[in-house]
Amino acid sequence: MVVKSKSRRQFLKFIVSSLSAVGALFAFWPFVKSMQPGKKAQSTSSPIAVDIKGLLPNQKIAVTWQGMPIYIIKRTENQIAELEKKEPYPRDPDSLYSKQPQNSSNDFRSLNKDIFVVVAICTHLGCSPTYKPEQASVDKDWAGGFFCACHGSKFDLAGRVYKQVPAPTNLMVPPYYFPNKDTIVIGADKAGDERYV
Amino acid sequence: MSKLGDWLEQRLPIAGFLRKNLKEYYVHSSINFWYAMGAIAFVMLAVQVISGIFLLMYYVPTTEQAFSSIQYMMREIPYGWLIRYLHVVGASFFFIAIYLHMFRALLYGSYKNPREFLWMSGVVIYILMIAIAYTGYVLPWGQMSYWATRVIISFLTVIPYVGDGLAQWLQGDFVVSSVTLSRFFAFHIVAFPLVIFLFIGIHIVALHVVGSNNPEGVTVNAHKKPAKNLRKKVIPFYPYVISKDLFVVFVALALFLGVVFYAPTFYGFFLEHINQVPANPMVTPSHIHPVWYLSPFYAILRAVPDKLLGVIFMFLSLVILFFLPWLDKSPVKSMRYKGRLSRGSLCVFILSVIMLGYYGMVPATDTHLFWTRIFTVLYFGHFVLMPIYTRIETCKQPPELN
Ligand code: HEM
Ligand code: FES
Repeated sequence: MVVKSKSRRQFLKFIVSSLSAVGALFAFWPFVKSMQPGKKAQSTSSPIAVDIKGLLPNQKIAVTWQGMPIYIIKRTENQIAELEKKEPYPRDPDSLYSKQPQNSSNDFRSLNKDIFVVVAICTHLGCSPTYKPEQASVDKDWAGGFFCACHGSKFDLAGRVYKQVPAPTNLMVPPYYFPNKDTIVIGADKAGDERYV
Repeated sequence: MSKLGDWLEQRLPIAGFLRKNLKEYYVHSSINFWYAMGAIAFVMLAVQVISGIFLLMYYVPTTEQAFSSIQYMMREIPYGWLIRYLHVVGASFFFIAIYLHMFRALLYGSYKNPREFLWMSGVVIYILMIAIAYTGYVLPWGQMSYWATRVIISFLTVIPYVGDGLAQWLQGDFVVSSVTLSRFFAFHIVAFPLVIFLFIGIHIVALHVVGSNNPEGVTVNAHKKPAKNLRKKVIPFYPYVISKDLFVVFVALALFLGVVFYAPTFYGFFLEHINQVPANPMVTPSHIHPVWYLSPFYAILRAVPDKLLGVIFMFLSLVILFFLPWLDKSPVKSMRYKGRLSRGSLCVFILSVIMLGYYGMVPATDTHLFWTRIFTVLYFGHFVLMPIYTRIETCKQPPELN
């Protein structure tokens, strides 16, 4: 076929090139989608039960949930009092911009005052902060907390980030509950809760 | 030529192609040592490809076996250690050659008109090299591999709203896992190398279109046989330059093999000690840092006490290279004829890159951070102030070709 008119040729050029571009985009989509987390990745996220009978103050239990390191620690009376003072003022003292379950939205970011459960992944770039409960163990004003050695972010014993460090928000608190005094279930708010699975 | 040769030449003109691009490609005779770095880069590329193919024969890209398959290869396979060290030390030597190659471009203004596109194709190659080095670094699945991956994927999370989803998409899981390892493997051995080959091809084509620059900054027609009186000043690439290049390549190879045989980890600079520990997702090493060739960027990241801005400045420090041809307003190309300000600024720039490299590898104490910030400012200052200092300084008159 011979296309005579110039505008007609231009129109055909436009149609062919724009439709090919759209087609190429669609062809790309399955490849892009294929890189998303699959079923197997999602199934590791079911809740886990941890025995905390032997946990003493200033101790830590580290477990894995959804492939993430979770710390379970026990705070002392002094440390609890320190947290109530909210001093020196952290960046997000009321955890408005941070992630925690509804029932942990309090000054201690936990269900109980003493037991604290936290996702040990720095909100800066994902290193695991170390648990440093002793006073002055990071610098001379250190009141106990979590210290991320990668780029020096500091968090208090409720996982709240201090100012002047690179991490923007508080450490994340996972959903959890106590089926009985000595056990903690991480990954659900209450028994049978499957929301996070 | 033989009959067979003629027959082939008519169907696939290889000899003609080589003659046009080697024997009839003319450069200025002031071309010096710095101009051999491109050739070294080619040789290192070949080393990486060949050693890489043999590594592939034993390496297993799963979290269970990655670390041990490499250890097995190094201990039990005849010359397995050699193949691995060639690849590891080769990566560092590749970067050394490229840094010298880029420095040459800064020194002689090789990025200036008409070589802007050539320079930008180089910057793309450099970014691809970083991507290849990073994805390759993940493969041995040591402590540093794992945590570097975590940190670098987290760069994505600074993007508002979509960042978290994007990070999960890239790592294919909620955390860095076996899924992440196997896709980085695919990037490292297939995807990125294919793209880098393409761009190296573009780089060479672009070079041969405009011709090589030279330390004197004189304009040479790369495709025209020089007049009789210029034959000492303008020489063909083959045999003159290529023999010089070959000499430098052999010296570089000797140095390279010296390191491979006698100091393959290069005191922890080329192969870090902490990466000889298998990855442990529960424990971050107390001090994590990248390999030396990416260290300056990491230092810039740490210098900024804000997550989003830190990542932005780190990327800017790379992206700004693309704009270099338009930041330099100097009427001359080579540092030999530029003024004091340009020379001073280049020295300060090189110093700041080296110092940032140093501060990126040591722990982030307050004094270190203070100096890192100073050198970050100097790094950017070199580029941002360039339109000013290249305009106001007085340059010497560069020579003409006659
Ligand atoms: C795999 C990596 C690379 C290879 C194999 C390569 C190869 C070459 C070769 C063979 C030449 C001609 C010989 C020479 O001048 O040294 C050249 C020139 C050049 N390259 Fe590259 N190159 C690479 C990466 C880069 C990068 C990362 C940059 C800059 C960001 C760059 C910028 C340039 C420039 C500006 C020239 C022209 C220099 C002049 O004529 O003065 N190249 N390259
Ligand atoms: S990852 Fe913790 S401070 Fe950067």
